[in-house]
Amino acid sequence: MDAQTLYDKLWNAHVVRQEADGTALIYIDRHLVHEVTSPQAFEGLKLAGRKLWRTASILAVADHNVPTTGRAQGIADPIARLQVETLDSNCAEFGVNEFRMNDVRQGIVHVIGPEQGATLPGMTVVCGDSHTSTHGAFAALAFGIGTSEVEHVMATQCLLMKKSKAMQVVVEGALGKGVTAKDIALAVIGKIGTAGGTGYAIEFSGSTIRGLSMEGRMTLCNMAIEAGARAGMIAADDTTINYLKGRPFAPQGAAWDQAVAYWRTLHSDDGAQFDATIKLDAAQIKPQVTWGTSPEMVVAVDGRVPDPATMSDPVKREGAERALQYMGLAANTPITEIKIDKVFIGSCTNARIEDLRAAAMVARGKHVAPNVKLAMVVPGSGLVKQQAEQEGLDRIFIAAGFEWRDPGCSMCLAMNDDRLAPGERCASTSNRNFEGRQGPGGRTHLVSPEMAAAAAIAGHFVDVSVD
Amino acid sequence: MNKFTLLNGLVVPLDRANVDTDAIIPKQFLKSIKRSGFGPNAFDEWRYLDHGEPGMDNSKRPLNPDFVLNQPRYQGAQILLARENFGCGSSREHAPWALEDYGFRVIIAPSFADIFFNNCFKNGLLPIRLAAEQVDALFKAVEAMPGYRLKVDLERQTITAPDGTVYPFEVEAFRKHCLLNGLDDIGLTLQHVGEIAAYEAKHRAAQPWLFA
Repeated sequence: MDAQTLYDKLWNAHVVRQEADGTALIYIDRHLVHEVTSPQAFEGLKLAGRKLWRTASILAVADHNVPTTGRAQGIADPIARLQVETLDSNCAEFGVNEFRMNDVRQGIVHVIGPEQGATLPGMTVVCGDSHTSTHGAFAALAFGIGTSEVEHVMATQCLLMKKSKAMQVVVEGALGKGVTAKDIALAVIGKIGTAGGTGYAIEFSGSTIRGLSMEGRMTLCNMAIEAGARAGMIAADDTTINYLKGRPFAPQGAAWDQAVAYWRTLHSDDGAQFDATIKLDAAQIKPQVTWGTSPEMVVAVDGRVPDPATMSDPVKREGAERALQYMGLAANTPITEIKIDKVFIGSCTNARIEDLRAAAMVARGKHVAPNVKLAMVVPGSGLVKQQAEQEGLDRIFIAAGFEWRDPGCSMCLAMNDDRLAPGERCASTSNRNFEGRQGPGGRTHLVSPEMAAAAAIAGHFVDVSVD
Repeated sequence: MNKFTLLNGLVVPLDRANVDTDAIIPKQFLKSIKRSGFGPNAFDEWRYLDHGEPGMDNSKRPLNPDFVLNQPRYQGAQILLARENFGCGSSREHAPWALEDYGFRVIIAPSFADIFFNNCFKNGLLPIRLAAEQVDALFKAVEAMPGYRLKVDLERQTITAPDGTVYPFEVEAFRKHCLLNGLDDIGLTLQHVGEIAAYEAKHRAAQPWLFA
């Protein structure tokens, strides 16, 4: 057989049938469900009198709407409360396994799946959420779907789709001090643009990627969608397998050994052909900061806000002008001179234990700058929070003037009460800097946890790669 | 799902690249557990001068006169002309729900984000990719001529401009078939129950830990 990519292997292993035009019916192993994109799907099932095809494939959790403080009092916003209660009642009615809001295992869906071992190599993983690409870090084929497809998977365990093209992003070499998976992700997006990966599944490979922890790999695959790719993925290796061993949903005993033997085959073969290849030298990647309203509007922290006047493409120039106006920034301003009002450390991109450790290392023994009105740390799950507290990270953050919150999506998309006021500028470890994303009129700069913590302490962006 | 066959519709030009789904329907409206009623909040932050929240009477809110959808000449538009990477960002199907509820049936752009593109077809909305130069030409033509309409024929896969120019477009055969007939995907897939069950049995034998 010809040399196959990891994507070929995952795809071929899940084809149920194929139409003449290439549209395939793909079997889905794991379906993650949250409160925002599922109520209409459950309602559709009920209206049509359909049942779940395989109830045990579903794991549900409320994350987008949950408050990050005062959770014992419930959700104050009646509309948000109804949405979370609707998930609870749908899961109860259909017998779906759900981690409820006050369960210690509750958290952001893309944090808890891997944490529980509910995401495994070789799986197809879907969720009504674009950041499902995160799970590809485990050599899984994972992608976000809309609500109609959520219903489709519930009823049939399958999805109708066409195979994407395959892109490899190869990163070689050692990362410099203070440079993280987040910076790799932003550097890739800066290079290929937010539509650069449209129509592709991206495999990240190379020595730099092999050297990343699972947390780092998840950060990178999480942002594949910001490069336009529905799926990002990384080959399975010892790092993957060691992370999963002993997790509640992971196989055990003889089944574990059988699974591991299969997982070891989940990599692209030598000589496998990709439709596109992008190469990056890790040593050239510096800490990244976005300056505009799209993740591709990004520069290194030692750079300056670009000048739209120098852009030849009129659509790009107009976009940059509009972005600078929205962001309240002047062209050519050094990034390190941009002062911030708020700091958000959290989200499915950067709220895992390693992210919190990295931010705490920067904040240890220091204090949030007086011009920073709020610096908040929102762990990705109740278990991440517990682990961080066992390590004393909460005390480091609190002593430094950060708020230590309960887990959820929080100010990544500001569906709950955590949001920016109009005009406020935020250093955020999240994934989207769109207009209004963190609150109407809010201004978001995407950075790594280290960069966010350092900005909180200094009150403006600083280069964590220099002493 | 609504069928789509032929449309002779008024065109509105939305001249920005990378229009994301947060812009199409802001997050506060995602708290709804229904799939209808999002139209009045499509492009909420651009369309109104105040801040919108669920439950407001949108007919009483101040409109932003500079936003193209609010201009009198574009009222009743059914075709949205857009720039590259339209619909990027979140997977929220609320975005096509909002556009469809507003009255759009066709979106023309040089490129679309994958998930949004896919979601459109589930809701009787036809996203059409044309070359960037063709989209550019359409922007100029629309802006130059009030009442500019395009004829979209899905069966023939053509767009016809008032001056007679015909723009052929691509659409996957299966999606076209579903849209022309207003077919429900789930019903179609359930015609293959036997094949799904057979696959599942084989898959379970090969990777039993997935079914533990």
